[in-house]
Amino acid sequence: MFGFLLRRIAVLIPTFIGVSIIAFSFIRLLPGDPVALLSGERVMSPERHAQISAQLGMDRPLVIQYFDYLGGVLTGDFGSSIVSKKPILDQFWALFPATVELSFCAIVIAIALGIPAGVIAAIKRGSIFDQGLMGIALVGYSMPIFWWGLLLIILFSGTLQWFPVSGRISLMFFFPPVTGFMLIDSLLSGQKGAFASAISHLALPSIVLATIPLAVIARQTRSAMLEVLSEDYVRTARAKGLSPFRVVGIHALRNAMIPVITTIGLQIGVMLAGAILTETIFSWPGIGKWMVDSVFRRDYAVIQGGLLLIAAIIMFVNLVVDLLYGLINPRIRH
Amino acid sequence: MADTTVSKIAEPVSSAAMRRQMLREFWFYFSENRGAVLGLIIFVALVIVAIFASFIAPHSPFEQYRDFALLPPAWAEGGNPSYLLGTDPVGRDILSRLIYGAQYSLFIGVFVTTLSLTGGIIVGLIAGYYRGWIDTVIMRLMDIILAFPSLLLALVLVAILGPSLTNGMIAIALTLQPHFVRLTRAAVMAEKSRDYVTAARLAGAGPIRLMFRTILPNCTAPLIVQATLSFSNAILDAAALGFLGMGAQPPAPEWGTMLAEAREFILRAWWVVTFPGVAILVTVLAINLMGDGLRDALDPKLKRS
Repeated sequence: MFGFLLRRIAVLIPTFIGVSIIAFSFIRLLPGDPVALLSGERVMSPERHAQISAQLGMDRPLVIQYFDYLGGVLTGDFGSSIVSKKPILDQFWALFPATVELSFCAIVIAIALGIPAGVIAAIKRGSIFDQGLMGIALVGYSMPIFWWGLLLIILFSGTLQWFPVSGRISLMFFFPPVTGFMLIDSLLSGQKGAFASAISHLALPSIVLATIPLAVIARQTRSAMLEVLSEDYVRTARAKGLSPFRVVGIHALRNAMIPVITTIGLQIGVMLAGAILTETIFSWPGIGKWMVDSVFRRDYAVIQGGLLLIAAIIMFVNLVVDLLYGLINPRIRH
Repeated sequence: MADTTVSKIAEPVSSAAMRRQMLREFWFYFSENRGAVLGLIIFVALVIVAIFASFIAPHSPFEQYRDFALLPPAWAEGGNPSYLLGTDPVGRDILSRLIYGAQYSLFIGVFVTTLSLTGGIIVGLIAGYYRGWIDTVIMRLMDIILAFPSLLLALVLVAILGPSLTNGMIAIALTLQPHFVRLTRAAVMAEKSRDYVTAARLAGAGPIRLMFRTILPNCTAPLIVQATLSFSNAILDAAALGFLGMGAQPPAPEWGTMLAEAREFILRAWWVVTFPGVAILVTVLAINLMGDGLRDALDPKLKRS
């Protein structure tokens, strides 16, 4: 298992170097003078230009600049925002919990509904249940989630007024962030109604973000279950007289889960892309909205840093999924 | 089914007859899936609407009828039968804009899929055929592209190239390409050691001929299924870029861009938000239904189950 871990990490190194080269080149590929773009100053005298260029280290050869950048990244220095002048990593850590909280709730919804739906559809194959569930799953899979979010806002925030339109908690409540996770912080604050407010703010965005992963997990669970249910050992278990619940829940589900876990892992990358849209619609202060706002503000330093950080997260998640997969399915290790 | 194919292959048949037989078999499995047929019907209807948009649309998609701004749909209170689905905040007919929008979406799907499919096939064939360091370099490059969420990469590329539909489509094609590379490479590696490839090589076929004429036609099934998936993904991603203001630019009647323009009116005029989204959903759903049918019809593993 340790060798498997090392091999997996070794494959990641060239990918990480490639990702860092892309992030590094990004600013230099933009039309216009990178020094002007990074300093945010439109018009400057040649002396000022040379001064800033030296200050940013951009008068040196590209290769040295790259290694300098890579060294900074590895020691946690991602540069500073052009607009707010704050260090990018600090901003990232301030916003990241919001995205994690949202994505976590979404993936919990997707798993809690998707796996049972897929199992039921597989057991009742060809029935009205199966067709109905899979029909809904295909609609969810085809959903433009930015529109889905707007529809939910019209219905639940506009007409019914059940849920708020945007933000993480009502402005009535104020407490300093302890963990950055609003659900935990609101409980810790001890203020009456704060937790309920946090939940009601979280409801619509997590439903929207959960939609596509939910559909994918349901479809994948169904096809994995169908494959497993036709195996000999399931027939043997049935022939032994085990209850249908034991056969499906213990013998079949365990093996069917192997491909489903991979699917869930892959959905995390999909969710970070979905977070870009969901956070924009609901004004959720996470890294997805941060990236979109930075594109509009032309804050290229933030885009560069965010690009690298997000890619690093996805690579890390994929590594964890690979390792989990190796744990459940020992055949894959070699 | 197995017996009939065997007897068909046993007697010499012309390749045209063979192709007809394969098509018939394909249609047999495809038409068994009612959803797939429904998807095909909707898709064909969309293509017809897009081609004949100028004849079907009751109004110009750009004409602003200022006196009729934010008119609700014809059946709602205050609606006007001349504007069936109502008008947008500057008085343009929503139905006409949706009809012209079909041209955008189908064009986006065709363009992006063609670009990523051809690029992916060429790169994948090279990687799978030559292996060695070329293969390693190509696959690491694909890993790098896959390390970014597709929408984020498209967003950043558009930030570099400038917001426009063309740049958005190029960016989306780039993010979809690795899937084609991986599929082609895997299929080529599986086929390359087969006897018919060796026979062709001994007969003197060069690498280009071997790659494109001998091996490629035998790898098409997974590529076709992936192409349908890419088609619907391209439409969704392009609409998302349009919605973020980074794709097609106003006043283009692209569905995602229409949603972006309608956003501030969501609580006042539900129809300006609802209909463009329904159009996107129905189009993507139809293509995905077809994709499921194609997968069932082309994947021999699932055929008899």
